Amino acid sequence: MTLEIVLFVIFALVCLVSGILMVTRVNPVISALFLVVNFGSLAGLYLTLNAQFIAVAQVIIYAGAIMVFFLFVIMLINPEHEKRFLEYKPQLKIFAVAIAVLVFLQIAYIILFSKPSEGVSREVAASVKAGTIEQIGRELFTKYVLPFEAVGYLLLSAAIGALVLAKKKFK
Amino acid sequence: MLESYIPIFIVMFFATVIALGITFSSMLLGPQRPNKEKLSTYESGMKPVGTTRERISIKYYLVAMLFIIFDLEVLFIYPWAVQFKKLFAEFGISIFISMFIFLVVFELGYLYAYKKGGFEWD
Repeated sequence: MTLEIVLFVIFALVCLVSGILMVTRVNPVISALFLVVNFGSLAGLYLTLNAQFIAVAQVIIYAGAIMVFFLFVIMLINPEHEKRFLEYKPQLKIFAVAIAVLVFLQIAYIILFSKPSEGVSREVAASVKAGTIEQIGRELFTKYVLPFEAVGYLLLSAAIGALVLAKKKFK
Repeated sequence: MLESYIPIFIVMFFATVIALGITFSSMLLGPQRPNKEKLSTYESGMKPVGTTRERISIKYYLVAMLFIIFDLEVLFIYPWAVQFKKLFAEFGISIFISMFIFLVVFELGYLYAYKKGGFEWD
């Protein structure tokens, strides 16, 4: 129990510090690398919260694929232009602050006023079991088959969308 | 529960220690006689030209996008593969068919990408 709390605190601190560093860096590539650290510590947090499969998925999808994607997109755009863009349109910063406050209020509302969802057991053993890949496989292919097939179509549309954007015509 | 993950944490710990240790030990122990030529950006012996911030081709975007999609696809196969024998004994062929439909839908995307030359670099 204490090991879990110690690890949770460590991961939470790493998460917080890397998040702040990510937002405050000027160089977007360095920001992206701090985001990798953030995703990694988030995976650790999921692990301490007994969500093992989510933790692995976090590392494979976010720290792996999404970060490669982010880095490519950063290199695709020219960040020097972005800097000048903010210089001659300083009123954009007001929007940024407003959206940040809005998101903060939403998160604060969720944390302070939401109730734990129904039917969730407070037992540790039950929550460990719920997070295993076996349990997720069982739920996914019995109760949630239809959403699962819908995900297939969603991925198909994403693949087609990317190809339509990047490749103009058939060979 | 976390006790079973201790080996992973140990590996992560040693990876961090070794990476930082090697970097900083060469900084601390190695002789350092810097001059202007040594500190300049290495560009295969040429004089450095242009900035670091070069815009790269949109083709990389396509590669990254397809990588994410295929990665997600594979992620859904893990829980299926782990539970397949048990679920097959319980529910029969329908478990196989549900994954088959998923894969067929996805293979349509694969075929589209193949036909459109998404895997070619030109």
